[in-house]
Amino acid sequence: MAGLGRACLLLALAVCVYGIGASLYGVRRGRVEFSESGRRSVYALAGILTVAFAVLEVAFLSNDFAFNSVADTSSRTTPEFYRAAAVWSSQEGSLLLWAWLMSLWSSLALFLTRRRLRDVAAYATAILLGFGGFFISLMVFYANPFKTTSPAPAEGAGLDPLLRFPTMMIHPPMLYSGYTLCIIPFAFGIGALLARRVDADWTKAIRRFAFAAWLFLGVGIILGARWSYSELGWGGYWGWDAVENASLMPWLTGTAFLHSLMIQEKRGMLKVWNVSLVLATGTLAIMGTFLVRSGVLNSIHAFGGQTLGVPFVVLIAAMIAGSIYLVITRRDMLRSEHRLDSLLSREAIFLANNLVLVGLCFVIFWGTYFPLISEALTGQEASVGPPWFDRYTVPLALILVLLSGIGPVIAWRRATLANARRNFLVPCAAALATLIALLAGGVSEKPLAMAMFCCAGFVFGSIGQEFVRGTRARRAIAGEAAPVALLALVRRNRRRYGGYIVHIGIAVLFVGVAASSSFQHAAELGLSPGQSTRVGAYTVRYVRPTATITPKYDAAHTGSTLSLGALLDVSKEGRHVTTLSPSEGFYASQEASQGSVGSLIGGQPVSHVALDGGITRDVWAAIQPDIEASSLQRIVKAGNRTLPPEEAIVAISYLARAYLQHPPQAQFHFIVSPLVMWIWIGGLIVFGGGVIAIWPAPSSVRRRVASRARAARTLRGRGLARV
Amino acid sequence: MILALVLLGAVIAVVGAPLRAARRREGAAAGPASAPGHAGAEDDQGAGVSRDELEAARESKYREIRDAELDFQTGKLSREDFEAIDRELRADAIGILDALDALDALDEPGEPGEPDEDAAASGWDDQSPSGSDGRSP
Amino acid sequence: MNPARKRTVRLVVALSAAVVLAGALVYTSFSAASPALSPSQLLRQAQPGRSYELTGTVVAKSVHRAGPVLNFSVEDRAGGAAVPLAYTGTVPDPFREGREVIVTVEKQGTRFIGEPNSLITKCPSKYTTAPPSEQQNY
Repeated sequence: MAGLGRACLLLALAVCVYGIGASLYGVRRGRVEFSESGRRSVYALAGILTVAFAVLEVAFLSNDFAFNSVADTSSRTTPEFYRAAAVWSSQEGSLLLWAWLMSLWSSLALFLTRRRLRDVAAYATAILLGFGGFFISLMVFYANPFKTTSPAPAEGAGLDPLLRFPTMMIHPPMLYSGYTLCIIPFAFGIGALLARRVDADWTKAIRRFAFAAWLFLGVGIILGARWSYSELGWGGYWGWDAVENASLMPWLTGTAFLHSLMIQEKRGMLKVWNVSLVLATGTLAIMGTFLVRSGVLNSIHAFGGQTLGVPFVVLIAAMIAGSIYLVITRRDMLRSEHRLDSLLSREAIFLANNLVLVGLCFVIFWGTYFPLISEALTGQEASVGPPWFDRYTVPLALILVLLSGIGPVIAWRRATLANARRNFLVPCAAALATLIALLAGGVSEKPLAMAMFCCAGFVFGSIGQEFVRGTRARRAIAGEAAPVALLALVRRNRRRYGGYIVHIGIAVLFVGVAASSSFQHAAELGLSPGQSTRVGAYTVRYVRPTATITPKYDAAHTGSTLSLGALLDVSKEGRHVTTLSPSEGFYASQEASQGSVGSLIGGQPVSHVALDGGITRDVWAAIQPDIEASSLQRIVKAGNRTLPPEEAIVAISYLARAYLQHPPQAQFHFIVSPLVMWIWIGGLIVFGGGVIAIWPAPSSVRRRVASRARAARTLRGRGLARV
Repeated sequence: MILALVLLGAVIAVVGAPLRAARRREGAAAGPASAPGHAGAEDDQGAGVSRDELEAARESKYREIRDAELDFQTGKLSREDFEAIDRELRADAIGILDALDALDALDEPGEPGEPDEDAAASGWDDQSPSGSDGRSP
Repeated sequence: MNPARKRTVRLVVALSAAVVLAGALVYTSFSAASPALSPSQLLRQAQPGRSYELTGTVVAKSVHRAGPVLNFSVEDRAGGAAVPLAYTGTVPDPFREGREVIVTVEKQGTRFIGEPNSLITKCPSKYTTAPPSEQQNY
């Protein structure tokens, strides 16, 4: 089967080379059949890579340890669910996932544009196949997922327990879908510049893909934050880690692109901005992919692999140089049709939006790549920490949220005073009301958080006003009841109202972020059973220890040999709040030097945090039981000495019993964060709004009437009555 | 190995189909009358392209008209600006419908007189024909 | 002021503002950054009161916990000079002897104190194409 996999990769590479040649030949010579053939190469590529991916998945699920990647990242004791996900936990497998997803999305994009944008699509095909070829070459020459060893080892190393969480299944495919979807607008952007067709058509064609990229990337980022928060023993959802930042940057430029596109469609302005943003998004997506796997920056995700660094740097340099060259040489086509009339206008606000988002991206870029920059400039590698990031991103985020409230209600071209009064009264009142409510509620110490709450209030007021006015307008025409009118309004103007819902979601998300970061209580506690301690207004008491043994009884179903934990009782002012049971799972290692018993629990320990999520606050606890305590290690050593490997598990049950009877003091990390739940709720609202905005209109199907001539004449007869 | 060869065959079939089709067309056209046949094939494809592009343009033009109206009703467009934009967009829309008509005339010369309730009912069901502002294009 | 002039003024103002802000950003990044040093470099160069980012490997048998404080030593990747430090705060799951860590430290007197919650342990590279024998060491 590995042979089939390897053959697939070579075939895929050949198809890429052919497709590039065919597309370019077809578009330069006007030979449609060659462009067509080039497009079909992309479909073929998708098919081939699907087979290759299936081969690898089957190898993982059937524990075929002849495959090096299976032996390195999976094992018989790894639960099946995680065996399937282990495919993309290695460099080789993740490259295959990337290439496969890109081929799928590219096929979809080219299929949907098969009858339009002939020449642009042909160039785009060549570029997409170029990327495909790049990743496949990396696999063929550097990191082949189908490499085998013979004879096959009997057991694999197992999936790193740190990755044995359900979110592990979804986060990489989601994020990779986001990254690969960013490449498609990039390819069409380059194609449009090459074909000299930067008109309204290509923006309409790629808008859907840019939006899908934005949506998937956003969901991937939120899922990563959620994973980090609810499952890693660190208790935070965002740490300005290099890899987190790498995925955020293309999302920011993507957001700017989607908004700025509206201005190009309505007023023919900001064309250079739009082309630059779409090219930047693609480049940042590739840079993000590169960052995760090159080991060039220190990060929690320390995926090494120096050999891949150089090809990526070359690719990124080519993308940047090519983009700049094309934009400069095509700048005559990108001239604005109109000029900015006033700084108080929708156009100006959208321009400001672009500036803030690009500014945010620049700050994050600078901070993320600072170790490389400082090394290049001063010879000394230095890095900046979260406080530096916060200092600059928080004010920018405040402005961004504020703009998201101003944008939907400000007038086009020039906002007059009367007009401003009419549109901004309600939002300002809402912000003021929020401020008063906060002050009345006794919240006054954290100005930045309060500013964010007021900005969010402004957004709710402005978006609410939009919905109310729109519904009212619709009722005036159609005379429907309010709920029906609202539904019809959203249905017929999905992009606008879906977008408004996204704005609400973002505001809610930032409220959660502001509250949970400014008003958090966190503490490191050392407790023995019966002890209790105060954290802020809460009292935490260690009730009793907990222990489970063998993978069969592992509560988290992740295959740990031994799990030690504690039951915590949390109360506030005498009232019981919640009971938490954090634990730490100890996994088997392959090290014979640890002894028969030691190796059963000597592998990577993984914290299983206890989280009680609520609407107003989250209570979070993680435990580090002292497995190194002499009382426990004594048992391990005795077991190593006296028990043969097949009976070593007996020592583990002694260990568990000893822990339950005389637990050593354990270290706890305890956090109470208000309104964290609203971050996830905000994310869901953003997702919902995004889906609404991208959903194709239903009436376009019904509009395919049998006789268009009749319809046209009817419409003209009615004076093209209201659409 | 066999699977790999099957895959190779499938790929060649899929990727080579347009080339084979083009060659067949050229061969057939080269027989009785070369130029018209070949041109006809290209025209068909050309017309196919235009229809999809025109329909897409029509949909987005309708959306733009709706958008402008909504902007006016929610206070973001002044009356003069709205009227100017609305006029322009409706003129554009009629241009697109005319172009689609022309394509229809080419394709279906015998059908223009067909009555079609669908046309009246489908996209415009929730609009009153008189319109509250009695506007003319 | 005619529209063209107004536009030029606006552009100049905007560009100047951008340059000033970018300049502030760049300046503060250099002053707020912690230099990344290896243990041997740290022992040579560390000045009291400044924070540094120490990168190295945890020395075998050097890990001792005393209540909330975790004491351990970090040595150069290639072996050699080791820096003992006292750290409070979250200890990431992958932390153990022989692992590569990054921790922000400050020299206080003759001791190195780890900044709370600044300890990062690198996951043993899943993404290297190293021979299987090296992969054993989780």
